[in-house]
Amino acid sequence: MVQSIDYAALAPALAAAIGALLVVLADLAGAGRRALDGLTLLTAGTGLATVFLLAAEGASRRTFCLSGGGCSYVADGFTLLIQGLVLAAAAIVVLLSSPVLTGDRLPTAEYHFLLLCAVTGAVTLGAARDLITLVVALEVVSLPVFALTAFPGRRPGGAAGRVAGEAALKLFLFSVVSTAVTLYGIALLYGVTGELQLDRLAAALARAGPGEPVAAVLTIAGFAFKVAAVPFHFWAPDVYQGAPVPVAAFLSVVSKSAGFAGLILVLAVGLRPYAETWSVLLGVLAATTMTWGNLVALRQRHAVRLLAWSSVAQSGYILAPLAIAHREPSLAVQATLVYLVIYAAMNLGAFGVVTAVSRRYARNELEDYRGLARSAPLAAAALGFFLICLAGLPPGLAGLFAKIAVFRAVVLGGAGWLAVILAINTVIGLYYYLAWAVRMLGVRAGEPRLAVPFPLGVATAVAAVVTVGLSVAPAGVFGLVPLALPLTP
Amino acid sequence: MSALVPILLAAPLAGLVAVLAAPARAAVRLGLATTLATLAAAVAIAAAFDYGRAGAVQLEVDALWVATIGLSLHLGVDGVSLPLVLLTALLSVLCLVALQQRLPAPGRPKALVALLLALVLGMLGTFVALDLLLFFVFFEVVLIPMYFVIAVWGGDGRRAAAYKFILYTLLGSGLLLVGLLMIYAGGGTLDMVQLARGHGAGMSRGFQIAAFLAVGIGLAVKAPMWPLHTWLPDAHTEAPTVGSVLLAGVLLKMGTYGFVRIALPMLPDGAVAVAPYLGALAVVGILYGALACLGQTDLKRLIAYSSVGHMGFVLLGIATLTPVGVNAALFGNIAHGLITGLLFFLAGAVKDRYGTADIPRLGGGMLAKAPQLGGLLVFAAVASMGLPGLAGFWGEMLALLGAFRPDPSLARTPFLIFMALGGIGTLLTAAYFLTLLRQVAQGAVAQEWRNVRIPALTLSEVAAWTPLVTATVAVGLWPRTLLAITDPAVRALLGGG
Repeated sequence: MVQSIDYAALAPALAAAIGALLVVLADLAGAGRRALDGLTLLTAGTGLATVFLLAAEGASRRTFCLSGGGCSYVADGFTLLIQGLVLAAAAIVVLLSSPVLTGDRLPTAEYHFLLLCAVTGAVTLGAARDLITLVVALEVVSLPVFALTAFPGRRPGGAAGRVAGEAALKLFLFSVVSTAVTLYGIALLYGVTGELQLDRLAAALARAGPGEPVAAVLTIAGFAFKVAAVPFHFWAPDVYQGAPVPVAAFLSVVSKSAGFAGLILVLAVGLRPYAETWSVLLGVLAATTMTWGNLVALRQRHAVRLLAWSSVAQSGYILAPLAIAHREPSLAVQATLVYLVIYAAMNLGAFGVVTAVSRRYARNELEDYRGLARSAPLAAAALGFFLICLAGLPPGLAGLFAKIAVFRAVVLGGAGWLAVILAINTVIGLYYYLAWAVRMLGVRAGEPRLAVPFPLGVATAVAAVVTVGLSVAPAGVFGLVPLALPLTP
Repeated sequence: MSALVPILLAAPLAGLVAVLAAPARAAVRLGLATTLATLAAAVAIAAAFDYGRAGAVQLEVDALWVATIGLSLHLGVDGVSLPLVLLTALLSVLCLVALQQRLPAPGRPKALVALLLALVLGMLGTFVALDLLLFFVFFEVVLIPMYFVIAVWGGDGRRAAAYKFILYTLLGSGLLLVGLLMIYAGGGTLDMVQLARGHGAGMSRGFQIAAFLAVGIGLAVKAPMWPLHTWLPDAHTEAPTVGSVLLAGVLLKMGTYGFVRIALPMLPDGAVAVAPYLGALAVVGILYGALACLGQTDLKRLIAYSSVGHMGFVLLGIATLTPVGVNAALFGNIAHGLITGLLFFLAGAVKDRYGTADIPRLGGGMLAKAPQLGGLLVFAAVASMGLPGLAGFWGEMLALLGAFRPDPSLARTPFLIFMALGGIGTLLTAAYFLTLLRQVAQGAVAQEWRNVRIPALTLSEVAAWTPLVTATVAVGLWPRTLLAITDPAVRALLGGG
């Protein structure tokens, strides 16, 4: 049987993969750092353009289909939203990386190659509709990131090599174990149903009746690791701190979005018949994740480490709506996606300023932000805005709307207990975000002006414009997301 | 003329942008112009308001903002919100007038004025919002600006006080959001007018109680109700004068306003179940506030604790669930805003002149040493303790009257006890204010100040305080003018009555 392949549907993933190869070739041809940065940005831009073209087309494309129905690769509204998010975030990460690569004399081509490989995986993950493709895509996201994490660079205390190596090893071990658990779960599911494609798996599970909820739980593990949900989060703080700052940004947004995409696909499509079981589990997971993340974040003194714990907590908020997915599936997925998109914008923005400060203070402690309002007023204003957004309070309306979306789903879905935990968590979160923001207003004598490298400025400005846009006209995301809903019944 | 309410909100917003764009030395003047424009818009709204139909929502605008979550820009005023809008606009002008006279340390007028205008926007928005989520958004708008006003321009313990303020109130608003969304889940709409008209239709009693508790605790933190009040004394004491005035004058009212606008009409069964407890806590607040006042030595802290007591009367009025009680609550809101606003201005002026607000250190004889200031302090204190003929009297008297005859659905005995205890509270209030006056205003001038020249009142101080004094007298002498506006709206909200 000869399969016809719809290359148009594959275009975003192909763009990223070809871009990765081109970067290596260009390096062989002797291209400079600027050219390589430009090429990588162009790749992300091309990918985004194909996403927009596919979105403009309207109809969803599918390819790699079985004769009996069921396709492994589908480019529908959900896919395009995830792909667009991943590619846009990757472009920002490239901008963040540029001054770091130059300043620390790191091998640019290798870095961009690995980055684009991981992006290829993330883009594919959004479109994957069978378990094998999902796991392969997940691994394609993970493997390059191990190497990226180990990239040497300026680190606290000059122990660059050791810290980075340790972080990479930690990430590797956690990743391998959780993938193994996921594979075990997939094997069980396949053993019970004989199906790998998500639609058919759901149908088979529904026929089989309550059979293997254990398999469902195991399958979730790999994705829970990616999104750093408690208890799969232990790698996050060490890895974020040990890796170059832009890689931490990548982990917290691109790789996390991919993880959430996979989680939603597996749960809301493949394991739909078990929704009663996993939604309870997800509720507990969300509550633990946000509470644990927030409580530990309170004690952090290191900027990136604080962002790591805060992003664990934010994962909890993003997971929360899934706890009501058995009652209101489309509402749950919608709230999760809305939060994810807004989170990506505000978190990348915060990382932008943190990267800039890390150029002056390699240790990057919170104390280093004292007086930032004087030495770099715009950067301080931007960071303050992003932090207040993350806390979810006006004037950070984008964050507030994201919170409202999550609260709304959780309350309408009847999980009042989770809403109360959410409420308490927003208070804990506010404390450390605000403490950081206030520190910037402090006075530090003799602090020279902080020069923000141009690409960093652009990246932060883009994130700020998007976040402000989402604050004034959130209808944008809220309007985009319903496109993404055909995947739920 | 329906553009008036959007203009009311657009004015501070535009002013905020202008202040940020303009140089720092123009900030205060720009701010004053902005608040004057806002006041003009508020007065125009009052003029366009049809008093014959004060119970109906007027000058309504409704535009969809975020369709997917049903959030719309639904604004309007009725008899309940109109007086509060006027009070807010008035106090914000007076704050800017006061700033023109004296900037609290560390200066930075641009930031301070911008934050105050953001506060004004949030406060006005809360009173004119007619969409549950929009109400919540405006309710939240005030948090960050007030935090910074306290944390940057406050007294010695400002950092801790600011944190306490924002963490407490944020916890409250988290629960408030849960409660509001429960109302949405039960009532099927975010439209506050429709929900109020529905009177809890479609929500079971248990559900209403749960929602009322969530909304009620959220609002009670802001009001504040004993035992959730502990953020208030610190915040009021540490905040700069303008911060204290807006905090006491307007911010606290957002809590009690929420009860009248949202909790009572939309969750009537929940209200009946919770009201006795609300009443009991309100009375504890009255007595606790009064007793705490007796032990205070700091002028600002004393006024702060007196707020706990006054808001206790407001909450007691609400807890009776009767038109009389709720009218009393709204009346008390306005009276407290005027009188406590004045008291905080006076405390600020005393602190500026004497360099301290410590009552024993101030000693006696202010009437002799600084007759105008002392006289005004006597006036404000007497008004605050509820002297008949001044604004403070009616709110408390009507609240006690409401407690004498609570809603038929409530058991009467507890409310009679509340009334008796509230009566004792008024006596205690009189006791601590009279003690204050004896210690500060009367008697001989203390040794420390005998040879110190205390400056006379300045023009801008007179300008800032005259409207408050006038309004306190006017509202006290002609309470019917205010009650005639609120009463139809209260009856409409409570459903006939």
